[in-house]
Amino acid sequence: MSGRVLVGVKRVIDYAVKIRVKPDNTGVVTDGVKHSMNPFCEIAVEEAVKLKEKKLIKEVVAVSCGPQQSQETIRTALAMGADRGIHVDVSGKDYENLGPLQVSKILAALAKQEDAQLILLGKQAIDDDCNQTGQMTAALLDWPQGTFASEVSLEGDKINLVREIDGGLEHIKINTPAVITADLRLNTPRYATLPNIMKAKKKKIVTVKPADLGVDVTSRLEVLKVEEPPQRQAGRV
Amino acid sequence: AAKVEKTECDSIALFLCRCRPPDVVVFPRCVEEVSALAKVCHKHRLPIIPFGTGTGLEGGVGAMKGGVCFSLRNMEQVLDLHPEDFDVTVEPGVTRKTLNAYLRDTGLWFPIDPGADASLCGMAATSASGTNAVRYGTMRENVINLEVVLADGSVVHTAGKGRRPRKTSAGYNLTNLFVGSEGTLGIITKTTLRLYGIPEAMVSAVCSFPSVQAAVDSTVQTLQAGVPIARIEFLDDVMIDACNRFSSLSYPVTPTLFLEFHGSEQSLEEQVKTAEDITQSNGGSDFQWARDTETRNRLWKARHDAWYAALALRPGCKAYSTDVCVPLSRLPQIIVETKEDLIENRLTGPIAGHVGDGNFHCLMVVDPNDPEEMHRVHLFTERLARRALAMDGTCTGEHGVGLGKRALLCEEMGPVGIQVMQSLKDALDPNNLMNPGKILQREEP
Repeated sequence: MSGRVLVGVKRVIDYAVKIRVKPDNTGVVTDGVKHSMNPFCEIAVEEAVKLKEKKLIKEVVAVSCGPQQSQETIRTALAMGADRGIHVDVSGKDYENLGPLQVSKILAALAKQEDAQLILLGKQAIDDDCNQTGQMTAALLDWPQGTFASEVSLEGDKINLVREIDGGLEHIKINTPAVITADLRLNTPRYATLPNIMKAKKKKIVTVKPADLGVDVTSRLEVLKVEEPPQRQAGRV
Repeated sequence: AAKVEKTECDSIALFLCRCRPPDVVVFPRCVEEVSALAKVCHKHRLPIIPFGTGTGLEGGVGAMKGGVCFSLRNMEQVLDLHPEDFDVTVEPGVTRKTLNAYLRDTGLWFPIDPGADASLCGMAATSASGTNAVRYGTMRENVINLEVVLADGSVVHTAGKGRRPRKTSAGYNLTNLFVGSEGTLGIITKTTLRLYGIPEAMVSAVCSFPSVQAAVDSTVQTLQAGVPIARIEFLDDVMIDACNRFSSLSYPVTPTLFLEFHGSEQSLEEQVKTAEDITQSNGGSDFQWARDTETRNRLWKARHDAWYAALALRPGCKAYSTDVCVPLSRLPQIIVETKEDLIENRLTGPIAGHVGDGNFHCLMVVDPNDPEEMHRVHLFTERLARRALAMDGTCTGEHGVGLGKRALLCEEMGPVGIQVMQSLKDALDPNNLMNPGKILQREEP
């Protein structure tokens, strides 16, 4: 086993920002708006780093798909303890139309290229709430998946997982290599401290294009319109 | 000369029970609007009450003479972050937790943490402090510049517009004139703050002591040993009992110290060892420490929930927090005498304190419908404040003067000191429009 874990980290609008829809209804305002790492991705990074600290895995590789600024998100993962980063460069219209299907193809290709033992992702991104990338990636690789994980423990070449599901908690055991998606209560992510941010500047980030991985990022979906939810009306008793 | 007047507002009974709403509330969105509104108020001689989060503990937002409340919550931008310079400028709607969430990716934080998630500009107005002042200081040490709208609508930048040097000796220290002015000299619309690096690692520790004296002696000795301790909180037996019940903990019911150390892994080991040795030499026991986030958070949540834990001791009652501060060497004596006073007068007053600063709070839990008990509490708080003043201390370590401590401020400063304060107030706000009735008492015609 390579002992290598791939962690997907997505750059999204910061959770504290008040979202505004663009006047032309084609999307939300992103210019000049604070962005940060998707909170569920933070939890995934934290879990990967914890596994490395327990010496259960050897290397954590942070991956992000997006424009140049995605490298900032990778740097945060490096400051939290990831070893190196891969930036898959997608920008412009391709980035606007980038969704779980294309990202899962990219992650599957990278998993093979990097001989990954484990892929750790957040369960969903807070901008699109798709909750699909982990599942699609597992399907493309024909790997088992442990989604909505609130507890993860490695046992030899298997993984014990507790999943938070509607009915309660489900305990499963899956083989590796596998895809795991992190849910809220899996852990509390550490802050990136200044000394670690400085150290992270020296860690390597490699940039690749989707075409290099044999992936076509053309979208099969078209966004027709983005609207605010209807204004709340006063109630009547 | 300002005379000391005993008005009904000094009564703790009225302070606890009476709401003093303004006549009008305005919600300006930018400093230009604040200035324009202030000009209107100035023209018509209307009182101006600045409002951040309304979480102050000394009646600061009560509109004693009615007037216009300026709620600044719509001015909520974090402006101008300079990570390499360790500074950031924020508007009044930004609270300390919001700022720290914003800063989390930069490795920086603003450490001052009063109990509430307060507006940072409001914290500047009250010269707030928190549980880690012993290491990081209070607002006084951490505000670099302010943008203030004065009573006549003019806008002043206390260190010059946009300036943020780490130190300066340019002219009068206007910044610290407004820090702690509790809205009586102007409306703070921006504050530039000093930031710190998020600690590499933290260790929390708890230790029980056979007596208050032993706990406080340990505090003093730890500081004298040069340990750069980040937090050192004292909880007396009554407070520990309340926290145990409220947060489902099981600490021995005896005077207790909660300690927190910040630093690199190596320095932490040394700090904890030194502190542990000191506590042991003072009869401390059950020294426990935690490195992991979950356990440390649980520990500090208990301390931050102390207010509610105290309230839960007597449901249906209200709580008032005293707030005196004395030189460290006088701390054992004042706490011991205060506890005796509480017992003698049958009062519920669990004690929690930032003993590293010589500052402690009695959380007085009192039945608002029992005038006799209210009166006993009122007298107790006056005795406590005077006890602190007699020990070279202050009647308010962090909460401010507000309504209830104006008379005590006169005792603390003396007539000449009060006269100087009054002269400054008269110079900046001759019509007494800015939050009238706070900090200084005025002779009513």
